[in-house]
Amino acid sequence: MSDTQRKRRILVAKPGLDGHDRGAKVVARALADAGHEVVYTGLHQTPTMIATAAVQEAVDAVGLSIMSGAHMTLFPAVIEALKKQGAEDVVVFGGGIIPDEDVVELLANGVAKIFKPGASTQEIGQWVTDNVSVQD
Amino acid sequence: MRIDKVLEGDIRSAARLMRDLDDRVPSAIEELKALYPHTGNGYIIGITGNPGAGKSTLVDSLISVYRNASLRVGVVCVDPTSPFSGGAILGDRIRMQRHASDSGVFIRSLATRGQLGGLSRSTFDVASVLDAMGFDRIIIETVGVGQDEIEVMKTAYTSVVVTVPGLGDDIQAIKAGILEIADVLVVNKADREGADRAVRDLFHMLDLRGGVGRQEVEIVKCIATLGTREESGIADVAKAIDSHRGRMGQQEDARRKERAKAHIAELVRGMLADRADATLRAQGGLDGLADGVVRGEQDPYTAAESVLKSL
Ligand SMILES: Nc1nc2c(ncn2[C@@H]2O[C@H](COP(=O)(O)OP(=O)(O)OP(=O)(O)O)[C@@H](O)[C@H]2O)c(=O)[nH]1
Ligand SMILES: [Mg+2]
Repeated sequence: MSDTQRKRRILVAKPGLDGHDRGAKVVARALADAGHEVVYTGLHQTPTMIATAAVQEAVDAVGLSIMSGAHMTLFPAVIEALKKQGAEDVVVFGGGIIPDEDVVELLANGVAKIFKPGASTQEIGQWVTDNVSVQD
Repeated sequence: MRIDKVLEGDIRSAARLMRDLDDRVPSAIEELKALYPHTGNGYIIGITGNPGAGKSTLVDSLISVYRNASLRVGVVCVDPTSPFSGGAILGDRIRMQRHASDSGVFIRSLATRGQLGGLSRSTFDVASVLDAMGFDRIIIETVGVGQDEIEVMKTAYTSVVVTVPGLGDDIQAIKAGILEIADVLVVNKADREGADRAVRDLFHMLDLRGGVGRQEVEIVKCIATLGTREESGIADVAKAIDSHRGRMGQQEDARRKERAKAHIAELVRGMLADRADATLRAQGGLDGLADGVVRGEQDPYTAAESVLKSL
């Protein structure tokens, strides 16, 4: 008799200083529509705040929306902060206006996926379903 | 052992245990049993009220009040699961993120996962883990609700109902049930017109009600967005919670017993429902029985009884 019901939990955050979170909200909505539980932490999050929330909420993945151009510092900083808190198994992905060569470098350094601004919400939801496994 | 780590205050282990409890992993229940002897010291406060009334903002300010008093605070916030997708957006935390890097604060968001009553099935368990970890105050924010979201009262020692001015005659919106569970009533957004009127209206409703043992409900005005500033009134909210706690003093054992009764009853119902589901699954689901009912070979009661017989 197993009533265990694993559900994917995803933290969606918007690090950095730029001002609106429309994109992040759309992604949060899309992930919820795909059946996941989405912890939404809003604007202006520091890497430490994001990592602490990810640990307390025991999420499987963290999705970052970065439009400010600071992606080359923010993605590594979040990955580092997660590692520091013993949560290196949390999948980090994101989206934003990010040049191709930066995408290559980020993917080589622990970011699991970068979505381009045009990515459809279904695509994002499906990617999480396919690539984020629920930890045991 | 994971529970040793939890008792040592290891955040990641505790969070993972909460996750397993929420996901209903059987071994997690065994761990919770082992943690139980360490519970009972945290004071559990429930916050409920209309959607958008400012519950999360109020919790944020209450956290500050308690932190200023060097108390450690655990928070459980519940948001609804969509019945269509099974997903949920857990957004209460946004209002509390300034406490995100304070190690004296642990915030956990939960989705209702189909449970009615404004809480998830796991809320009580998650609060118990926070209790065992030694958090002094444990605040539970329910789903923003209409009127029958009264489960929180059974879980919390003090229930705070948050409302706002301007409901006018619609103050009836905070219907009997929810008023009845309030130990403290907060009129939040008191920066808006009509706060005094709202207090008066609530006072009259309480008066009419007369309620058994509920005469001492305090009504407090508050502007939660002002944080701990003097004008916010949050100190009065905290004080009202404290005085309720004080009044409960002598009856605390009785209240704990009521709480335990409600919890056991809920667990029994939940376990029975799980067993019924498992039995149904083992018998190949409802299709066969439903076909029989549709064809007029059997009435639904007889069909249901046939399932119960094999529980
Ligand atoms: N003017 C004013 N606005 C407030 C006050 N408290 C909260 N708000 C605003 O009310 C809105 C809703 O606040 P929340 O704290 O999210 O309300 P909630 O009851 O937790 O909402 P749900 O969890 O969605 O039901 C936010 O925009 C707050 O900034 C207040 O005292 N005065
Ligand atoms: Mg809220």
